[in-house]
Amino acid sequence: MDLENQKRVKEFAEKYGPENVVVLLGAAEGEAAGLAAETVTNGDPTYAGPLTGVQLGLRVYHVCEPEIKAEFDPAVYEEQISMMEMVLDVDDIVSEMSSVRDQYCKFK
Amino acid sequence: MKSVIKGTGYILVHTPDMVLHNGTTQTTERVVNPDGEYLKELPSHIRTFEQALNYYPNQVYIGNLTPEDLAAVPQPWHDKDCPVKDRCGKYGQIMPQEEFLLLMQACDVFELVELDREFVAKYKPQLAANPLMDETILARVNEGSDIAEITRFVNDEHSEGLYDHDVLVGCVKRAHDIDVNLSAHVMLENIASKASSVLALLAGVKNAGIDKADVEYVIDCAEEACGDMNQRGGGNFAKSAAEIAGLPNATGSDARGFCAAPAHAMIEAASLVASGAYKTVVVTAGGCTAKLGMNGKDHVKKGLPILEDMLGGFAIVVSQDDGVNPFINLSMLGRHTVGTGSAPQAVIGSLVCDPLDRAGLKITDIDKYSPEMQNPDITKPAGAGDVPLANYKMIAAMAVKRGEIDRAALAEFPVKHGLTGWAPTQGHIPSGVPAIGFARDAMLENKLGRIMIIGKGSLFLGRMTNLFDGVSFVIEKNAGKDDDSGVSEEQVKGMIAKAMKDFAATLMAQADAE
Repeated sequence: MDLENQKRVKEFAEKYGPENVVVLLGAAEGEAAGLAAETVTNGDPTYAGPLTGVQLGLRVYHVCEPEIKAEFDPAVYEEQISMMEMVLDVDDIVSEMSSVRDQYCKFK
Repeated sequence: MKSVIKGTGYILVHTPDMVLHNGTTQTTERVVNPDGEYLKELPSHIRTFEQALNYYPNQVYIGNLTPEDLAAVPQPWHDKDCPVKDRCGKYGQIMPQEEFLLLMQACDVFELVELDREFVAKYKPQLAANPLMDETILARVNEGSDIAEITRFVNDEHSEGLYDHDVLVGCVKRAHDIDVNLSAHVMLENIASKASSVLALLAGVKNAGIDKADVEYVIDCAEEACGDMNQRGGGNFAKSAAEIAGLPNATGSDARGFCAAPAHAMIEAASLVASGAYKTVVVTAGGCTAKLGMNGKDHVKKGLPILEDMLGGFAIVVSQDDGVNPFINLSMLGRHTVGTGSAPQAVIGSLVCDPLDRAGLKITDIDKYSPEMQNPDITKPAGAGDVPLANYKMIAAMAVKRGEIDRAALAEFPVKHGLTGWAPTQGHIPSGVPAIGFARDAMLENKLGRIMIIGKGSLFLGRMTNLFDGVSFVIEKNAGKDDDSGVSEEQVKGMIAKAMKDFAATLMAQADAE
């Protein structure tokens, strides 16, 4: 995850409390989504950014996961996300995200 | 007046030592994790010049192989033996680091680049033998300085070292004592960008078969900024590169827009020519030292060579209609606007669907699309996937949503309307434009009708706006010169017949009313 984004996530968690923050991802690949999810839960796996060694354990989801899709107005989802849903390997993304949440998310 | 693609130049520069000393992934690592495994491992993953030549995507970039040839080779490509290993190709060349350091010195007009005297003596004959170099540029290469003096500049005067095979062979000095915009670091980046742009300009002008004096305007669309503390992005890379490339009648300016800049610049060039403002405009860009080894950590972790060891450059010559060369259809432009939104669906809608709708065309009416043409050999191991393929899937999904193809045809769309990516991950370099050379050739051979070039840019990186950006344009086969001499006899007859018919209809309507 971009170093600046790590910094912003860290600041939001400090400002609002980690229990009140949900990180929503839009990554195009399961692996990339998993890495970003790991960064905001268990810390930066590349040891480069402000979240290195910081285990925020935040709730983190990909926009194509069913829990998140259910939150949307279906018309908005159709207009904004449906094309990408057709393109992405949603099963792979769900499996990566669930695995990271199961291991590191502190707020279930 | 139509504007046509008169010729193209595509160049690469192999810069292994700049990966280590100037790529931001490495310079950042040196600050945050100086004793880490990555910096220790990295040198053993650097490619030799011969290995860089023996690499399919690089040979495609300079035109010795086609994207179709590449698509036929199973991935990954870094471990394959390439049947062509030439340093020169149809569109340009792959320059070794030694020649490039001399070219950088030739491009410096403020005595900021100093090279070791022995290094210059050893490699100047090699630069002189380069088919793109001429007497004027060679005359700019000075005899060099003592290495002791260069070492002192690096150790005591804030100069950036220039290395070859890990040996200090020169430096770039700071251009001001306190202005960070003129620091040695910035000057090195800018002079490297300028020098690779010069090389691209020389290739493009030569390939277009025009006289250097014919170029009236140059647009640089790289991603660096040159200026000082009072005008940080003042410019002008375009004119400074035109000077060294020997284009005496050219002025120019810089167009910026992150990775979208080349597509913006192409539309601007085509419009300037179509309007008659200038007869010949060249769009050019040099490479980016900061992006060298950008995904190096993933490549090293996976035991791959550092594949991001090449600076890229290109130049596209746009000139007045000759009735032969493919033309840029300015009536079919796509643009991502302030109001478009940043969802991929909105982006593809604005860049692909909107211009086609205006022209009454379907997505399948465009033979080939050239979006972000990054080499997947580089991006896939870094977890970023196959970027061009992802783009083709999105365009195909839009075609399904619009009912223009069946869902079952999703998988074949990228093969039919796409190209396999081959360009180095240098931001603006892979953005749509690498396909223009191949498209021009295919159209001249009647093998291609229309290609859409799509440029997209991540503006948020500049922290000025969160908006996304992008523009697109279509290049079409030229069916012959527009006849600007007036209307034909047949057209006059048609017009008179229509006027008579309308007049008769009016009379009849009046008679009916009475």
